[in-house]
Amino acid sequence: MLCRRIIPCLDCDLAVPNGRVVKGIEFKKIRYAGVPWELAERYYKEGADEIVFLDITASHERRETMVKVIEKTVERVFVPLTIGGGIGSVEDARKVFNAGADKFSMNTAAIKNPKLISILAEYFGTQACVVAIDAKRRYIRESEEIGDKIVIDTPEGLCWYECSIYGGRRFTGKDAIRWAIDAEQLGAGEILLTSMDRDGTKDGYDLPLNKAVSDRVKIPIIASGGCGELAHMYQVFKKTNVSAALAASIFHYEEVYINELKQFLTNKGIMVRL
Amino acid sequence: MKISIIDYKMGNIKSVYNALKFLKSDPVIVDKPSKLTGDKIVIPGVGAFGKASHNLEPFRSKIRESLNSAIPLLGICLGLQILLEESEESSTEEGLGIIKGKVQRMKTDLRVPHIGWNNLKIRKKACPLFKDVTRGYVYFVHSYEAVPEEDVTAATTHYGHEICAGVWKENIFGTQFHPEKSGEVGLKILKNFVEL
Repeated sequence: MLCRRIIPCLDCDLAVPNGRVVKGIEFKKIRYAGVPWELAERYYKEGADEIVFLDITASHERRETMVKVIEKTVERVFVPLTIGGGIGSVEDARKVFNAGADKFSMNTAAIKNPKLISILAEYFGTQACVVAIDAKRRYIRESEEIGDKIVIDTPEGLCWYECSIYGGRRFTGKDAIRWAIDAEQLGAGEILLTSMDRDGTKDGYDLPLNKAVSDRVKIPIIASGGCGELAHMYQVFKKTNVSAALAASIFHYEEVYINELKQFLTNKGIMVRL
Repeated sequence: MKISIIDYKMGNIKSVYNALKFLKSDPVIVDKPSKLTGDKIVIPGVGAFGKASHNLEPFRSKIRESLNSAIPLLGICLGLQILLEESEESSTEEGLGIIKGKVQRMKTDLRVPHIGWNNLKIRKKACPLFKDVTRGYVYFVHSYEAVPEEDVTAATTHYGHEICAGVWKENIFGTQFHPEKSGEVGLKILKNFVEL
């Protein structure tokens, strides 16, 4: 049987020479958490099953820095590495691939041009294509007419989920759950599913969202957004069919060590790699 | 210990290179058959069988020659699958046929691709590749599985059913998982290959 995966995510600002890991609350940068490859190595040694780097830099010079960050990381980290942020073409993907990354994730580019998923899957294999979905709850009234949107009953009320792009700065009107189903058809190998409502809050994962998507697609779902303590990881694995759980800040500031988290999950009956 | 990693434009070869380097061996990336020398050969690979077979074509005779002179070979993931005769993934291209059998689409109700960490069971304790590896989790990423017709399966994993996770036939080895992405257990397996 497959283990559930624990994935630390490092948001990287690449505007400085070696890059730096930042942790923002609702996309506002607030603290620096260290050099990307040093942090990645620490997580690898603690038992991370994968590492994700998200490039949150807006400038163009970042490409060369990202290559350096990937190269430095894969010299010392022997678990899969995923790169996200700003990947919009075969050329972009090839660059991170050649530097040593195993997968790339894309959000904005895939929504704007869904065929890109198929093209990249053809080039690099579906296993390399992670589609990132940033989903925001849109609450509705019982009787409201909302077309073909998939409505989910959450403890906070009925809602559908809207996809956002450009790092949460723009909304698309697109149904996130339906988009996950389409992305699978187009050739996505995994879905990195972030709850915009929970991201940075430490209130726990959006369980209805993660359940809704993981019940509807067969490719692995990585739950993201809201993890603030050990119990949140347990809940998302226990109550939904997600394959992996991603977190950032709880690992960065040594609030939780990955080996400790895995021991906790094992004791609770969740199968993880120890 | 010079190890030739065959670069046939199928996926991430840098990971294998880095892991072998980390283990203090001397990996060399080889993109032409004429450069295929050294003590050992690694065939890495991620992607589709048909394209892999096509791209590997120029290396075929050189690989056979090396195997006949008892040079150890390790095929990783698609590099294992290509050792077999054929694959359901391609109706036109053939494998290297070093191991009898074929590659099939994974038949399971579980999620495919089989992505993630799964438990390795060693079936042939004498296999030097798995020396001192009694149990452990390794990283898989694949949608097709090797079904050898010879008794070469040295390790398996369970995903709906028993899946061939490792093969061993004389100087020929293969892993369906990625040892270069499998943490300490994976590094141990690669170290065993380096120390053969």
